[in-house]
Amino acid sequence: MTGNNQTPAEAPLRAEYWDLTYISGPLVFLKNGGRFPSGAILELTMANGEIRQGQVLEASTSHAVVQVLQGTQGVDVKGTSVSLKQEAATIGVSTALLGRRFNGTGVPIDGLPPAVVDKEMNINGAPMNPVARNKPNDFIETGVSAIDEFNTLVRGQKLPIFFGSGLPANEVANLIVQQARTRDASEQFVVVFGAMGITEREADYFMRSFDEGGQGGRVVAFINKANDPAIERVFTPRCALTVAEYLAYEMDYQVLVILTDMTSYCEALRQVSSAREEIPGRRGYPGYMYTDLSTIYERAGRIRGRKGSVTQMPMLTMPDDDITHPIPDLTGYITEGQIVLSRSLHRQGVFPPVDIIPCLSRLMNNGIGEGRTRGDHRQVANQLYSAYAQGLDIRKLMTIIGEDALSDMDKKFLKFAIKFERELIGQGWTRRTIDESLDASWKLLSLLPRAELTRIDTKYVDQYYQAEEETAATPVS
Amino acid sequence: MVQTREPITGKLCLVSGPMIGASGMLGVSMGEMLRVGSLGLIGEVIRINGDTVYAQVFEDTGGMMLGEPVTSLGYPLSVELGPGLLGGVFDGIQRPLEVLRAMSGDFIARGLTAPALDRAKKWGFTPTVKAGQKVVGGDVLGTVQETRAFMHRVLVPPNVSGVIKSVVEAGEYTVEQPVVVLEDGSELAMMQRWPVKRPRPVVRKLPANQPFITGQRVLDCIFPVALGGSAVVPGGFGTGKTVVEQTLSKYCNADIIVYVGCGERGNEMADVLDEFPALTDPKTGDSLMNRTILVVNTSNMPVAAREASVYSGITLAEYYRDQGFSVAIMADSSSRWAEALREISSRLEEMPGEEGYPTYLSARIAEFYERTGRAEVLGTVAEGEEPRQGSMTLVAAVSPAGGDFSEPVTQTSLRVAGGFWGLDASLAYRRHYPAINWSVSYTLYLETLKPWFRDNAPKGWLENRQRAMELLQRDAEMQEIVQLVGPDALQDAERLILETGKMVREVFLQQNAFSDNDAFSSLEKTGGLLETLLEFYDLSKNAIENGVTLNRIMALPVREDIARLRNESNADFAEKRATVCARMRTDVAASATKKG
Repeated sequence: MTGNNQTPAEAPLRAEYWDLTYISGPLVFLKNGGRFPSGAILELTMANGEIRQGQVLEASTSHAVVQVLQGTQGVDVKGTSVSLKQEAATIGVSTALLGRRFNGTGVPIDGLPPAVVDKEMNINGAPMNPVARNKPNDFIETGVSAIDEFNTLVRGQKLPIFFGSGLPANEVANLIVQQARTRDASEQFVVVFGAMGITEREADYFMRSFDEGGQGGRVVAFINKANDPAIERVFTPRCALTVAEYLAYEMDYQVLVILTDMTSYCEALRQVSSAREEIPGRRGYPGYMYTDLSTIYERAGRIRGRKGSVTQMPMLTMPDDDITHPIPDLTGYITEGQIVLSRSLHRQGVFPPVDIIPCLSRLMNNGIGEGRTRGDHRQVANQLYSAYAQGLDIRKLMTIIGEDALSDMDKKFLKFAIKFERELIGQGWTRRTIDESLDASWKLLSLLPRAELTRIDTKYVDQYYQAEEETAATPVS
Repeated sequence: MVQTREPITGKLCLVSGPMIGASGMLGVSMGEMLRVGSLGLIGEVIRINGDTVYAQVFEDTGGMMLGEPVTSLGYPLSVELGPGLLGGVFDGIQRPLEVLRAMSGDFIARGLTAPALDRAKKWGFTPTVKAGQKVVGGDVLGTVQETRAFMHRVLVPPNVSGVIKSVVEAGEYTVEQPVVVLEDGSELAMMQRWPVKRPRPVVRKLPANQPFITGQRVLDCIFPVALGGSAVVPGGFGTGKTVVEQTLSKYCNADIIVYVGCGERGNEMADVLDEFPALTDPKTGDSLMNRTILVVNTSNMPVAAREASVYSGITLAEYYRDQGFSVAIMADSSSRWAEALREISSRLEEMPGEEGYPTYLSARIAEFYERTGRAEVLGTVAEGEEPRQGSMTLVAAVSPAGGDFSEPVTQTSLRVAGGFWGLDASLAYRRHYPAINWSVSYTLYLETLKPWFRDNAPKGWLENRQRAMELLQRDAEMQEIVQLVGPDALQDAERLILETGKMVREVFLQQNAFSDNDAFSSLEKTGGLLETLLEFYDLSKNAIENGVTLNRIMALPVREDIARLRNESNADFAEKRATVCARMRTDVAASATKKG
C-alpha cells in the first residue's frame, strides 16, 4: 500500500469529491456509490490538509461504505474530500524488504527511504488452487522436544501458539526462530513478522532478539503497535503474507511467518463489523470471521514445482485461558494443529511450558518416520502421550485418596509423569536434535515396565528399552 | 432437464462482499445463474425485488464498479453428468481444477470458465438399445468403460421418453455427440445436465437393510449405519473428523465415493490427492482415485461456492446411484455450508434465527439429508428381471463452535440423520482414535440391519455387541466410583469390569488408521477380537469366583498377547486368535489351580 507514494508533481490529476454524508466509528459513508470500485483504496483529504486512507467495503447506488485506516477522529463531512488512490490494496515487493521494518500497512518506520520494489501485488492474494498444492512433508527441526517429538512442524504448515495472558509465548516463538533448522542447510530461511496491536515492550523484545540472534537481516517486519490505528490491523497480516508469498514462490526462500497477536486482529474485525451494524455472531464477532481468518491462514503452503514454502506460526491470546473462545476455536478449525501453553507448567518453572495434551500437529505423520526422523518416532510419541495421560489421571486420583493408597504401578506412572514434565518438556533454552529428544524419551519410558509399552513394536523395544534394575524385577503379587 | 430461456442483461447496482444486486432484470427467476460484471463472475439469484435481483457470487467481487453488466443465463446452477467424472477434482461449481490450473497457474484467477467434462475426449460407447425400441427416463442406452474397473451406464435423462429412431454404431464418441435420436427428433448424448438443487427422481425409496461396512470396529459393530443411510459426525477441532471421513473413503464398501471438501483445508486436499492415486480400491484392485470424485472448495475459496459444493456433490452422487451403484458421499464439513448460508442471509438482512443462522437452516438440512437413501431407480424393468437398485449414503462432518453439540447445525442434523458418531475432545487428547464417544453416539439402523448381521456376520455378533455395550456402561459407572473413593473400595469382580473395560476400549474400540494391519478390520477380525475379550472376561470372572485374585490374572503374560492381537493382519488373524485363545484358556485355568 506504499512504495508508490507519488509526489504531487508526478501524480496525474485526480478527481476529488466532497461526498461524505455519515461518519460512524471507523467508517465513513459516501453519497454516491458508483464512483469507485469495491475494495478500492481512497485518499481522504481533510480540511487541515491531513491525508488518510480508506477502503471501499460496500457500494450501492445510494451510498458507499468506506473504512478509514487511521480512524475517523477529526474527519468532518463538509471539509473532507475523497479521491481514488488505487483500484485495490497492494504492496510493493522485492528482496530489498529483507531487514526492513514497516508499520502495519507497509510504510517504513526504520528511518530509511522506501525500498526499491520489484512489483506491486494485491494484498488479498488469490486462493491457491488445491491441485497445485504440494503435500507438506519436510520436517523442520525446532530443537524443542515438545514440538519436534509430539507436534512436529513441517514446511508449509500453519501451526498456531495458543496462550493465556502472562505466559511466555513470545519467548517460545523466539526460541523457535532462533533454533529452527531444516535438514538441508543450503536453503535460505527468512522470517516475515506481522505484529498486530502488540505493545512497545513486545515489539522491542522481538526486534532485539532477532538482531542479537543474528536474524536481523533475514527478517521483514510489519509492526502495528497497540496504540497505532486499530483498523490498520486488518491489513497487516495480508501485507506480511503477500511479501511471504513473493519471497517463497518467486524467490525460493523458506519463509516462516509469525503473526502476533491474532486476537487483536479479530477485535479490529469486530470493530468494523459492529460499525456496519452487522448481525453479530458469538461474543459479538462477525459471522464471517471463519472465512476471514481462513483467507489469512490458508496462505501457508507449498506449490508443486516451486522450491520455496510459507510456514505460518500465528500466535493468539486465549481470553481467560478459554480454548473454546471464538478466536482460538475458529483458528483451530482452520490451522493444522495447535501448540497450547500451560499456566500450571509455567508456575512450576517448566520452560517451554507446552501442555502436550491439547496440542496437535495434523501434518506430523507426513514429516516423521524412517528417512525423515526415526522409525520409532510415531510409536514413542503415542506411548508417551498415553503414559503421560495415565500419569495425570493418577495425580488427580492422588489428590483424593492420598499417595499411600496408590499401587506400585500407579506410583511408577506418577514418577514418570513428573519426570516427563520436568526433564523432557522443561528443556530450557537448550537445543535438542530429534535423536536427542527420542533418546531422552526412551530414558523416561524405561521407568515403566516393559509390558506396559504395548504401543511400540517389539523390535524397537528390544533396541532401545533399558530397564532400570528395580523396574526389571517387577514383583508379581 | 435444464430449461433454458433467452439471457437477460441488466446493470450492477450493489456490491457487498459475496452479494451483488443488479437492476433491469425483469423476467429472471429465483436460482438462475448469472454472469456478473466485465469479468463474468458466476452468481446465483437468491432474492428478487421488482426488476432488481440479488445474487450470491461464487468468486471474489473486489474491484467491481456499479453499472457493470450482469447477464442471467436462463438456467439454474447445474452440473454436467457423464463419463469422465471419476478421478476428477472439481471446485464447488464443478469447474475442473486441473484445467483451471492450466489456464491461470497455481492461484485461481477470477472469471474463468471451463466445462466439467472434457469436450474433446472420445469414449468407447457400446449401445445396448436398438432402433424402434421404446425408452423412458433412466433406461440404459449403452455402456462406456469409464475407468479400468468401472463400467459407466449412459442413461436416458429422467424426464425424457420416446421411441428410438436411430442409434450410433459402437465406437468412439465425445460426450456431446448424439448417440441416440428419438422419433420426436430429440438427440441424446452421453452427457446430460441437471440442476443441483432439484433431487433426481427415483421410482421409490427402499428400506435400509444392508450395512455400510467401514472396516472400523466401533462403527461396524457398535454403531452401524445402513447403505443409503446417513450419519452425522460432529466434533470440535482436532477430534479427527477429517481422518474419519478419509478413512471411510478408503475402506467403505460403496462403489463410488464423492468427497466434498467444503470450507476445509487446502493441505488436506493435497494429502488426498497425493495418497488416493497410490492406494488400491479393495473391491476392484484399481487405483482408489478411480472410484473417487473430489469436490473441493477450501475455506479460502469464495464463501458462496461452499453452499454450491455440497449440492454439486450430492447431484453427482445421485447420477451414479441412478446407474445402479452404491455411492457414499462424504461432506466435510456441513457446518461450513451452514455458515455460508448464515453469511449470505445476514447480507440479505434477513431476521436471524438461533445463533444468527437463518430460520430456514433446518429445512435446508432436512431436504439435503432426505436426498440419501436406497432406491429403486428409474428405467424399464424387463420381464423376469429385478428392478435396478442404487444407494446413496451420507457421512456429514459437523464442526460445532467450541465443540458444543447443543448448537443449531448439530442439533438440526441429528433430527434427520440415522446415525450419530459423536467425537469427543477428551478421547482425542488421550489419543483414543477414532475418538467416537460410545456413551453419547447412537444408530437408528440396528433393528433393520439385524437380519443381515444374523445371516452374514460372525456368530454371536449382535449378542456380543450388546454385552460390550453393557460392559462399557458398567465400566463408566465404576470409574465414577473410583473417582470418588479410589479403586480400593471395589471388589475384585468389579475391578475386573474396569480392567476389561479398559481392554475393550484400547484393543477393540481404538483403531490405528495409519497402521497397515489395523486400518481396516474385516468383520471376522472385528467379531473375533470382541469374542476374545469377552471370553477373557468370562474366564477371569469365573476364576475370581473360585478364589483367584485379580492381580494374579492381570499379571498373566497372555494379556499382552491379547493387546497385540489387533495388530495382526486380517488374513493372519484367525490363526493367531486361535493360539492366543488356547493360551488364555490354559493360563487362566492354571492360575486357578495355584490359588493366589
